[in-house]
Parts: sequence; C-alpha cells; structure tokens
Amino acid sequence: MRLKVEPRRQVSKPLQYATPPLSVLGTVVAAFVLFAIMGYDPLRALYDLFVAPLGNVQGLSELALKASPLVMIGVGLAAGFRANVWNIGAEGQLMMGAIAGGGVALAFYGREGWWILPLMSLAAVAGGMAWAAVPAFLKTRFGVSEILVSLMLTYVAEQFLSYLVLGPWKDPEGMNFPQSRMFSDSALLPVLFDGTRVHAGVLVSLLVVVVAWVVMSRSILGFEIRTVGLAPAAARYAGFSQTRVVWLTLLATGGLAGLAGLFEVAGPIGQLIPKITPGYGFTAIIVAFLGRLHPLGILLAGLVMALSYIGADQAQVDMGLPNAATGLVQAMLLFFLLASDFLVRYRVRLVRPAATSEPAPAQKATA
Amino acid sequence: MTILIPRRTFLVGSATAAAAMTVGQEARAAGPVKAAWVYVGPVGDFGWSYQHDLGRKAVEAALGDKVKTSFVEKVAEGPDSERVIRQLAGVNDIVFTTSFGFMNPTERVAKQFPKVKFEQATGYKTGANFAEYNARFYQGRTVAGTLAGLLSKKGVAGYVGSVPIPEVVMGINAFTIAARKINPNFQTKVIWVNAWFDPGKEADAAKSLIDQGADFINQHTDSPAVVQTAEARGVMAVGEASNMQNFGPKAQVTSNMDDWGPYYIERIKAVIDGTWKSQSVWLGMKEGAVAMAPYGPAVTPEAAAAADKVKAAIIAGTLDPFAGPIKNQKGELKVAAGQTIADADLQKMDWYVEGVQA
Repeated sequence: MRLKVEPRRQVSKPLQYATPPLSVLGTVVAAFVLFAIMGYDPLRALYDLFVAPLGNVQGLSELALKASPLVMIGVGLAAGFRANVWNIGAEGQLMMGAIAGGGVALAFYGREGWWILPLMSLAAVAGGMAWAAVPAFLKTRFGVSEILVSLMLTYVAEQFLSYLVLGPWKDPEGMNFPQSRMFSDSALLPVLFDGTRVHAGVLVSLLVVVVAWVVMSRSILGFEIRTVGLAPAAARYAGFSQTRVVWLTLLATGGLAGLAGLFEVAGPIGQLIPKITPGYGFTAIIVAFLGRLHPLGILLAGLVMALSYIGADQAQVDMGLPNAATGLVQAMLLFFLLASDFLVRYRVRLVRPAATSEPAPAQKATA
Repeated sequence: MTILIPRRTFLVGSATAAAAMTVGQEARAAGPVKAAWVYVGPVGDFGWSYQHDLGRKAVEAALGDKVKTSFVEKVAEGPDSERVIRQLAGVNDIVFTTSFGFMNPTERVAKQFPKVKFEQATGYKTGANFAEYNARFYQGRTVAGTLAGLLSKKGVAGYVGSVPIPEVVMGINAFTIAARKINPNFQTKVIWVNAWFDPGKEADAAKSLIDQGADFINQHTDSPAVVQTAEARGVMAVGEASNMQNFGPKAQVTSNMDDWGPYYIERIKAVIDGTWKSQSVWLGMKEGAVAMAPYGPAVTPEAAAAADKVKAAIIAGTLDPFAGPIKNQKGELKVAAGQTIADADLQKMDWYVEGVQA
C-alpha cells in the first residue's frame, strides 16, 4: 500500500476560511500538551500567551503598536502576491524609508513646525519606493527575478544604515556609539493615549487597510492586478500591461514599507539606530498569507502575530517560560496553517497495490 | 517589619500593566527583593548572556530567600526591549538590562517608574534611579594580545567584531598594542558582524579571517562559534565572556571571562538595605570582573609566564594597556610616550591603532 496525493476537484470555500481559526485551535491544543510535558502550568501559559495582553490598556496599545507595521507592509505585499510579484525585500524598503524620513528629521534638527512630519512621511514613502524601483526596473527591463534582487537589497540597506549612524549621521554627543541624535519633538509622531506608546501611525495603517480593500475589490486597478496574477494570458488579451502591474505593486509595497519604517523611528525609537526592525518586512510575508491576501484578513493576522510576540514576553516575565518554547508556538501556528491549507487543496489517498496495473506479488506466487 | 501580602503571589496577568503604573509608585513592599534581568541573547549562548545569568544564579545562591529573580532572554535591541523592560519594571524592585542597545529604552522606562531601580550594562547614561556598569574587557585583551604576539607564527590575527561601539574598538586596540610590543609587525584584521549574537555570521567571519591568513582569532561576539571554527580549522582562538574550552579544547589559548556575580550581589544587597544609589562603575581585573580562563595546550611555558606577568602588572596597576607612545593607522602619534588615554576618552574611542586593518 502507498499514499497518493491528488488535487481536489473542488476546493471548499468555507473550509478555506475556516482553516486559520482551526490552525489557532490546533496550536492551542498542541501548546497545552507541550507546556504540560515541560512541567509548566499549561493553562497559565496559554493565558499569558493569548489572553493577558488583551486585558488592559497598556497591552492593547502595545498590540496595536506591534501589529501596525506588519499590517501596513502585509497589505502592500498581498497586492503584489496576487499579481505574482514576489517582493520579499520589504525589510530593506522599510529601512530605506526610515533612512530617508529620518534624514529629514535630522536635517531639521531643533526646528519646529507642523510641516516636518508630513515632509518626513513623504521622504519615507519616496525612499521605500526608490528601493523597490530597483527590482521593478530589473524585472520589467531585463527579466531579472525580483525575489533575488529585493532580498539582496535588504542587506545593502542594512549596511547603508549602519554606515550612516556610525559615520555622517552619528550623534556628536553620543560617545561614538552607533546612533543618530534623538529626533526633535516636531519630528516625533504624536502619542494617542498618555502613558502608552501607541502613536498616530497606527491610524494611518488602519486607513491603509480600508483603502487597499476598496482598491483591490472595487476598482478596475484591483481587477487588473488580480487578472495578471490569475491568468496572465487573459490579462494580455484584455490589454492589461504586466509591466505596469509589476511597477505599481512594487512601488506601492515599497512606499508602505518605507512609511512603516518611518513610523518606527519617529515613533517608539525616536532616533536612527543600526537595528530598527526585528524583521517586520519578513514577518509581514507570513502575515499576508495568514490573512489570505485580503486586507481585512491581514489586519486580523497582523494582530494575531503581534499578540504571539507580546504574549511570549508576558509568559517569560510571568512564569519564566523559555523563549524557545514560545518560538515553537509561533512555528506550530504556521505549521498547522500550511498543513491544513494543503489538505484543503489536496487529498491524501491510500492506494492498494491490487488497484495498480502491475501484477500483484500474490498472483505471481500462485502462478 | 510591616506585613503585607507578598507580591510573589500577585498573578501577573491581565492586571500587569495597569498595576504596574501604581506598583511603581509604591514604596517597596516587605518580602523578597525582586530582581529581573534582560538578556540580548539566549541564556544558552555560552557567552555573554550565559555569564550574566551565572551572575543572577550567584545572587540566588548568596541571598537565598531574600531575593526572587527572573529574566527575559533573546530580547531584540529596539522598540521591543522597551516593552519588556516596562513589563518587568511593573513587578520588580530592580531591573538589570545587559546590552548597550537597551540604554535609551531603559532610560525612558526609568523615568516612568521612579521607585524602581534600573541598571544598564555597557552604556553611558545615568539618572536618579538609573545606574551604569561595565567591565574593562580591554585588560583581558592586553593579555590575549601578549599571547598572540608570542604564539602567532604568521603575525596576523583575525578579530570578529560585534557592533563597533567604543568598548569593542578599544578592545581591538588593546589587543593589537600588546601584540605589537612583542612583534612590531603584527597585524590585526577585523570583520564586523553587526550583531552581538549570530553564530552563523560569527563562524563565517572567522572562516574568512582564517582564509585571509590569520592563525590566531579573537572575538567580541557572544557565542562560541568562533572558537569552534578555529578548532575545526586548526588555528588558535581566544574565547569571549565565558570559558569556551569545551568548544575548542585545542584551539582556545585562553578566554576573556566576565564575572558579574559579585557586582550583582553587592547591588541587590544595597536594595535590601535601602542604600542603593545611582552610579557609573567600570570594573576590571582587580575587582575580579574580568578574568582569564586557564591557558590551553597551544600556550608554551614562556608565553604563559609572559601573559601571567602582564596580568599581574595590570592588577597591580603598574601596566597601563594604553600607555604611549601609540600611533594611529596612518602612523601619526596619537599618545606621546609617558602619556596615556584617560577613561573619558577611552569611553568614546573611535580610532584604530597602527596595525589594525579594519
């Protein structure tokens, strides 16, 4: 007997929407068993991981703060993924946005004015777009894989940021540590609630979700993007330009990632430092798929992902749960999601040897 | 002693942060002093964070039930660290944050929790409830440099640098100065990995340095990956923060070890006694904060004797690792004979001495 994997003729729509919550449930059950085996109180650990951060203003504000860049980048990436444009260098675009916007903040250091933040935001969007324009140009002009180019440019951006904070933009009073000056007040995002770190950028990310939703589902542009991804031949026949879609999706993602980067440095960080992102650009890829490439789904997925990070800290602080154990929980979430996705699209069948055309060994024996 | 509900039983849950706001303002409740540590790497890095965690365990062993400790490991420098520090501040009396990138986040949280004590390692800012502590790692580098000058056949050392902050730069310089006292042509090649803990990058940097002709590898990163690579490639290496002998029994000539235990015990005792004050300290070999691991098999008796002599002179205060004359990379005299570099200048050092290739 052997196992055979074959595609399902019809993929169930309800099941497709049910798999993300089912994966969360599967993760909870598996984590319960894991924590119990490790000798930790599983209920308390699960409470810390998934519930505790939601129970107070501080936790909720941190959740919004952490989810905001993930959602903003995820929404942009999803538009590209729908058009088969695989930008996996959002991390680098984020850094270039932070550099461009942060550069404006440093250029107007000590100055006051309402125009500084909008100018920084524009610069950040431009910076992220410029970085995404490189893979867009190379793909449309020479057919170079945007996957490789966008990824490699991430490391270039990282080195560039290091160079700036160690060299020309180093804080003159900073004891030669790799960091810029702290931004002036006019260059910092306003905080929404006193005593928290949640800033106006969070509202922008919500706006991005709504706009993306309308564009993707209600506009011709959204239709164009989806058609290019689903049926390139039909798209060509309809007169949709693939080149245009590649440029549009890459620039949109780059701009959003750049803005997300600025919101980090003009928000909780308040200066340029060598490490401004714990991998938001990469985690956003997971968020985009977890959210089924739909803006609203991505909003939810971003919140779940952020919750898992904040809950992981909570569990460490409260009960000393090792970092690796909470890392496993995040990994299991993805594992369950990918596995259930696979099972929704394919079915696994047991194939008996008798059913094959080869003569069964039993027959040979009797012959 | 006033008796109150022990904070130990206070369930850190939904109420954490809300409570944090008020707990922070209260005077310390009776019961064990609660101390927490924030580590940049995993406690199992067998280097920097591991060594701080040994310090935490030393506190538990020394102070018993007068203290209750906890830690959060693998905290990224940047916005995430501020959240973790704030969570810990809500339920602790003193919080130690053990990486330079935690400085500004710690300062911000310290302002919000004036009754909680904060101490940050390897930075430069202080406040009323915010102290700094660091160790003179460069003293150990001087011993390692002496060994390198005597043992390296090619006269070329590789140096795996983490993040180019003054502390790391001065280590590279101290190492090179000591080696060039023995071999005036000695060269130190540096590769930066721009991370404190990244075993993959650390190993790659070590390989690349060995390929460039280095037969003696030094490191200022947190994992034993460099020592392991040196062992595999048959060259000598100096361990970092912890004794990494098990990872390179033949390769490790010594290790630049940190011992934070005595300092942590002293500071937490001060919290218990109510005598804690903000300060900025820079401990060295004399205080036992920096120590050398036993010499490895590659160290000849002569080299061992020379290294021991240097060590004893540093402890006695008769040898200043940065005594002039010192030239920079261009060969210009930066420190004249008979002069030295003051602590304040060392702490913002951003130039390399002659013989460093970075």
